Amino acid sequence: MNTKPDETAIVVKGLNHWFGTGEARKQAIYDVDLSFRRGSLTVLMGPSGSGKTTFLTLIGCLRDVMDGSVQLLGHELNGASTATNEMLRRRSGFIFQAHNLHESLSAIQNVMMGLQVHGRGIDKRQTREAAAHILGLVGLADRVEYLPGNLSGGQKQRVAVARALVGNPEVVFADEPTAALDRESGMNVVKILKRLGAERGTTTIMVTHDGRILEQADRIVTLEDGRVVGKSDAAP
Amino acid sequence: MTRLLERLLGRLPIGWLQLTHNRARLYSAIAGVAFANVLVIVQLGIAGSMTTATLQQYAYFDADIMISAEDANSMTEGGNVARQRLFQALADPGVTGGVSLFVANLAWERPKGQVLLQIFGVDPHATGFLNPEMAHKVAQLPLLNAAIIDRNTRGLDAEMLGGIRPHSPETFEYSGKTISLVDSFSGGGGFGTDGYLFVSDQTFLNLFGKRISGAPDHILLQVARGEDVGAVVARLRDTIGDKSLRIRSFADARAEDLAYQNTQRPTGLIFGFGVVIGILVGIVIVYQVLSTDVAAHLREYATFKAMGYSHKFFLGIVLEEAMILAIFGFAPGVIVASGLLSILHAKTGLPVAMTAETAIMVFVGTLAACALSGAIATRRLAAADPADLF
Repeated sequence: MNTKPDETAIVVKGLNHWFGTGEARKQAIYDVDLSFRRGSLTVLMGPSGSGKTTFLTLIGCLRDVMDGSVQLLGHELNGASTATNEMLRRRSGFIFQAHNLHESLSAIQNVMMGLQVHGRGIDKRQTREAAAHILGLVGLADRVEYLPGNLSGGQKQRVAVARALVGNPEVVFADEPTAALDRESGMNVVKILKRLGAERGTTTIMVTHDGRILEQADRIVTLEDGRVVGKSDAAP
Repeated sequence: MTRLLERLLGRLPIGWLQLTHNRARLYSAIAGVAFANVLVIVQLGIAGSMTTATLQQYAYFDADIMISAEDANSMTEGGNVARQRLFQALADPGVTGGVSLFVANLAWERPKGQVLLQIFGVDPHATGFLNPEMAHKVAQLPLLNAAIIDRNTRGLDAEMLGGIRPHSPETFEYSGKTISLVDSFSGGGGFGTDGYLFVSDQTFLNLFGKRISGAPDHILLQVARGEDVGAVVARLRDTIGDKSLRIRSFADARAEDLAYQNTQRPTGLIFGFGVVIGILVGIVIVYQVLSTDVAAHLREYATFKAMGYSHKFFLGIVLEEAMILAIFGFAPGVIVASGLLSILHAKTGLPVAMTAETAIMVFVGTLAACALSGAIATRRLAAADPADLF
């Protein structure tokens, strides 16, 4: 397959995915073809159970591709080696619906983990400064040493956002990143993602039901029963 | 501690932070590892007492070769050896000396019950065949019916025995004869008898009327300095030519006795079984502790995996936790096990104790079991997609 790494971050061709086998087999994704332009912000919409999160985890390298092709940053994910998967995950940022913060690490330590994944050679002081800086950007400068157990749902979500973005990812996969946030915080997160897209070419694919974000999106893709049923603009 | 570990590991000490985050879980994990340590150390201590007790009787003597009857699996078992074999052995140019050794059990009837003593009849003039302490003490044995007794004999008052001196002896009757205890030495009860008694060969024959001087239980030999003991043993087997005898180096006799006690006698088998069960149960406990901990953090590990951390990173965390639990569980485990073994020693008189070698072995074993258990517990994480674990 021909890809244009300079322009396209992700290319999906004939993607199918199912859970279970035999009579218990349940197909979640049907023959999806999509591509995502570098620096764009795409919103995935659809009702519950339409396959949005499954699709996001497939193109985000968190689930093995069973059938079809996904090219992430120029690398084929179908049959990719463990090393390739790990390398691509390090180049991506994932914002989870349930925060998934490490309960025994403070906010800043959670964010530092997003940098330390790149190796031992990174200066510890610089790591800490970078983590503190991005926590400040999401409005948590006064909560850096708090454990997740002592943060509100919205604050945890902002720590998760900071952790995903601190390593300057080339692609950000976000599953309902603003669900737990108030309007101002939610819009702040989206602005940061938009700015990263404009300044660094960071591609964002976001699952959301938040109507406030739709107007910020470059493209809206709607899924229903595992099929793409609508795109707000033409594919790049 | 966190900063120290961070400096050592070159990363956040996640294992330490995880363990200390939930104190109740940490204490129960440490208690589990400590209990596994106690179990194994106590079982090893009990099994080790069999070794100590068996080797104790050989430690009184200084010999290079021992000749025994074919059925003499231990120091106290088996038939007699014709004394003429001693003379035959002395004809070998490599043999510098030899003595007869008589062994039997003697029951000392006391108002509070019977005390069973393992009695050695030795030539009191052949002090070169005894260890330095005994060589010094047997000088008093040429006196008929004089004896020196193990002051650690089970069932006897250690203070009373320790106070025995040639000028203030204790006496007791055996087989119509009065035995005079003229001194004491440090021994320790075994599994067959309560303690040891040393008498001269003449006193031995006087006490056991059916025994004769021409048929001792064992013959002890010493070889010339620089002589190859194995070569002398081989020559003696040829020269003596009696296939009904066991002619062995003293070291081999000791090792074979120990192997016999551990693998043929019910007590040794039971103790060995206890050690195996103790180790297995200990491993199961440690595995349970580590696998429970890994399971409790699986979702968090899956998040790290989704961020691009490799399996080596998770193994590092688990190894970190294994080391912390092994170290923190070891100290209380050793203290409790030492206390239990001391109580057991006080109650039974058996040489049950925890040696430094045992402690080190158990620590290394605990560390290995913890690390292996943790590594096995992370297999699910290695096999699964991160998305399946959230």
